[in-house]
Amino acid sequence: MDFPILSFITFLPVLGLLVILFLPKESHRNIRGVAVAVTVVQFIFAIILWAGFDPSLAGINAESGMQFVERVQWITIPQTPWFGEIRIEYFMGVDGLSMPMVLLTTLIVVVASLASFSVGKNLKGYFAMFLLLDAAMIGVFCSLDFFLFYIFWELMLLPMYFLIGIWGGPRREYAAIKFFIYTLLGSVFILLVMIGLYFSTTDPATGLHTFNMIAMMDPANVASDSIFGGIATTARHLAFVALFIGFAIKVPIFPFHTWLPDAHVEAPTAISVILAGVLLKMGTYGLMRISLPMFPDSMLYFQLPILILGFINIVYGALVAMAQTDFKKMIAYSSISHMGYVMIGLAALNPQGMNGAIFQMFNHGTITAMLFILVGVLYDRAHTRGMDEFGGIYNKMPVFSFFTIIAFFAAIGLPGLSGFVSEAFCFLGAFRTNVFWASLSTLGIVLGAGYMLWAFQRVFMGKLPERWEGLSEINLREILSLAPLAVVVVVLGVQPGIAFNWFSNSMNHLVEIVTSSARVAGLM
Amino acid sequence: MNEIIQTSLPFLWPELTLAVTFVFTLFLQFAFKKAPMRSGYVALAGFLVVFFLLGTQGGEEVSVFGSMLAVDSFAVFFKYLIIISGILVLGFSLQSEEIRNNAEHAGEYFAFIVSMTLGMFLMAGASNLLMMYLSIELVSLSSYVLAGYLRNVERSNEAALKYVIFGAVSSGLMLYGISLIYGLTGALDIYGIREVLASGAIMQGSWAYATLVGAVILIIGGFGYKISAVPFHYWTPDVYEGAPITITAYLSVASKAAGFAITIRFFKVAFLNTISPNGTWEILEGMNWELIIAVLSVLTMTLGNLVALWQDNLKRMLAYSSIAHAGYMLMGLVVATDNGITAVMVYFVMYLIMNLGAFYVVMVVAQKTGSEDIDDYRGLAYRAPWIAATMAVFLVSLTGLPPTAGFIGKLWIFAAVLSKPGFVWLAIIGVINSVISLYYYARVFRNMYLRQGEEPQPIAFGNRSIAWSLLFAVPTIVLGLYFGPVLEWAKNSVTLFLR
Repeated sequence: MDFPILSFITFLPVLGLLVILFLPKESHRNIRGVAVAVTVVQFIFAIILWAGFDPSLAGINAESGMQFVERVQWITIPQTPWFGEIRIEYFMGVDGLSMPMVLLTTLIVVVASLASFSVGKNLKGYFAMFLLLDAAMIGVFCSLDFFLFYIFWELMLLPMYFLIGIWGGPRREYAAIKFFIYTLLGSVFILLVMIGLYFSTTDPATGLHTFNMIAMMDPANVASDSIFGGIATTARHLAFVALFIGFAIKVPIFPFHTWLPDAHVEAPTAISVILAGVLLKMGTYGLMRISLPMFPDSMLYFQLPILILGFINIVYGALVAMAQTDFKKMIAYSSISHMGYVMIGLAALNPQGMNGAIFQMFNHGTITAMLFILVGVLYDRAHTRGMDEFGGIYNKMPVFSFFTIIAFFAAIGLPGLSGFVSEAFCFLGAFRTNVFWASLSTLGIVLGAGYMLWAFQRVFMGKLPERWEGLSEINLREILSLAPLAVVVVVLGVQPGIAFNWFSNSMNHLVEIVTSSARVAGLM
Repeated sequence: MNEIIQTSLPFLWPELTLAVTFVFTLFLQFAFKKAPMRSGYVALAGFLVVFFLLGTQGGEEVSVFGSMLAVDSFAVFFKYLIIISGILVLGFSLQSEEIRNNAEHAGEYFAFIVSMTLGMFLMAGASNLLMMYLSIELVSLSSYVLAGYLRNVERSNEAALKYVIFGAVSSGLMLYGISLIYGLTGALDIYGIREVLASGAIMQGSWAYATLVGAVILIIGGFGYKISAVPFHYWTPDVYEGAPITITAYLSVASKAAGFAITIRFFKVAFLNTISPNGTWEILEGMNWELIIAVLSVLTMTLGNLVALWQDNLKRMLAYSSIAHAGYMLMGLVVATDNGITAVMVYFVMYLIMNLGAFYVVMVVAQKTGSEDIDDYRGLAYRAPWIAATMAVFLVSLTGLPPTAGFIGKLWIFAAVLSKPGFVWLAIIGVINSVISLYYYARVFRNMYLRQGEEPQPIAFGNRSIAWSLLFAVPTIVLGLYFGPVLEWAKNSVTLFLR
């Protein structure tokens, strides 16, 4: 590949950041303009990436299957008799698993930068942190070297802390530090497993230990006497659990979810959009990219508990969402519930489930982003989020209600919108694995309809209280931030084959790796 | 006798230069009656000469003065760390108002910094127990005076007194331990001790063996005091808080470095059995030294981090944070291989940069706002953006988040711990401690960025302050991404002189 498109997409926001740092802090228009321009250019390049993407290549554990690969030596430390050489590479590439995520991230970031116009103070700092976060997110999805992955992963934490803590709601400090510490705790467990994997794996090409994720996925590269050698050993199971905790905190999976309601509610609208739209996907992406291919034996061992945790997410999240009176908090809990669908699809370990899981990741990103923008629109005008305080908004703001209907029904899983297809596939997969828990999980759909429709009734139907007589309709900028998402939701609902085309080969291959690799022989 | 001196001296140009610098600084202060801070420039000139002369020491391993001092790449590595921090601390001192306001004795201040440096150089190379004691005493005595330099500040006097008492007791205990070892082995130099222990003269289970264990524990007490390991750390918070901030910075970095150098050398050489080809040592059978050091490490990290959570004074918080960092470095010591030692050395380089940077910012902020309280850092980001930004970089690095140097240091320590079977629990405790430390480091940048102070006017830090803080902040980030040279330097410097 001549033009390093992945690095370009990753580091373009950093360029934008530098430009913004040199702009005078009063020139709000220019700062916003630069941010939107950068994100739009990023999105255009992501489309170019899509256009050049070959869906027939499966990737996952074969470098030949990865596309747009960039691989350069980064850190090389020559050998001493007792140390061995260290080589860390800058290794980026996409396959069917990461390409949809890159597409999702760039789309969400454009939408979020448009939604960020409601931020009033310290725009320079806000957009600087925003763009840094953007770069880190794309970097996570494109990295194929574990060290690089980890650096991008951790790089997300500090901007999020500042974005929530400076521009957030009344309890922003608490929410920010809770998010930071919680996520850091998960990350350090990932760090330990990363180091363990480094010492266990040798790169066949160089004979040295390596952070190369693809090399780590091949059991032939793992020495049988190393920490993670062998099959289904205690060390491997412990490592899987450590990785799982690290990723579960991000998803978030019950019981590691308690940071999410606070972070979502206190964050400014655009940051909630990014948090729900992209950051939550990183947890499941990590599971699919790292945990499943590298520890398939442990995944099989823990398959049922993970399925049950997914079920708990779905039903518990839905029940708590139903109890909420704060609009944003309700959507936050509905996020937990919808990520539960991803988990049961993932834990199903069959092609339907896995394809459903990644499609649900993509859809949840778009749908929840819409939901948070909608809440933001209402909050910007009313400065309150209590659902019982509203009523009759449907007649006051009909265009707004139109988008809300699309978003709500997509979240419920109405056929014709994208949410239905992904949830259906997740259930298809889960049913084949464990009928009992999958059947119980369908309760989540009913509950989902319950809280969503009830919320719609409380806010949009009935009588409009007098204080809201002056509410203005949704404006053009807000429509521009919602429309792309709405289009995607509808198009993918009617023609999901477009999306399946992207990732089905890769996900089928992933299932194959997990269920039939040499590691797993004899365990199934 | 003469011959020994004649053959040894040429290897010790840096130490000789330091001695000469000490004399010059001390006596030239009478020439600088009008401008006492000028003695600092004399000291600085001497340090710069020493920095260049260090180049003559590297490359070969020799033992000089009849096994009193070893000149090897290990010692040279630590001497470089010490002299670089010395040069930087002299730079701080010349900018420091605390010192300027008490400048009548500035000549002595600078002279004692030089003598402390000389002591630390000797500590890094000491291979004879008596030399170890002597060099530790030289450093300690100089530090006692320097800690109490601010005569009019009660805290400073208190700090010095506590330091003297604690240091005297620790040194006394260490000396007793040394005398016991001499009695048991008949040798004072670590090579001789090793030979006696390796020959099996001291049987396990005998009284002699129990005495040996007791003696080593006493010596650990002495070394632990220097590196502020728990439970020998009690002097650290009070001394760090009361001493002038330049001295606190120097103690936290250079004194700790010298302490680690001497500890590593003592343990590695005296208790070494053989070096197998892949660099693993085999500690003499008997006591599970690795477990003992691991427990010390856990106590040090945990106590340092937990108590730092409650601090309101930033200097004191940084004191506890440096105790915690000593704990992380002890983890590297637990891994009794060259791998572990390399990790400790890399950590020290990163630690030097981020810690000195943090103390520098505390110094300049205290000079402008008159306060070292964390609460008074509120809104600093809006009043002094550059200073706040560099401080945020240092704090993030101290926590150990990528892409900073602190992360790389911690990464190598954890890698060393994980490469040794059976110590995964230590690594887990280490990472949990890192997460705990986030909370108190975050408190500072929370105050700086998320809160508004009472006075919103901008603080005009001069370009010099900003330039100096960038001098530390830029390497902190660069070394987080491009750390190859540091790792290589450390790897090549692990060779200790072994007879």
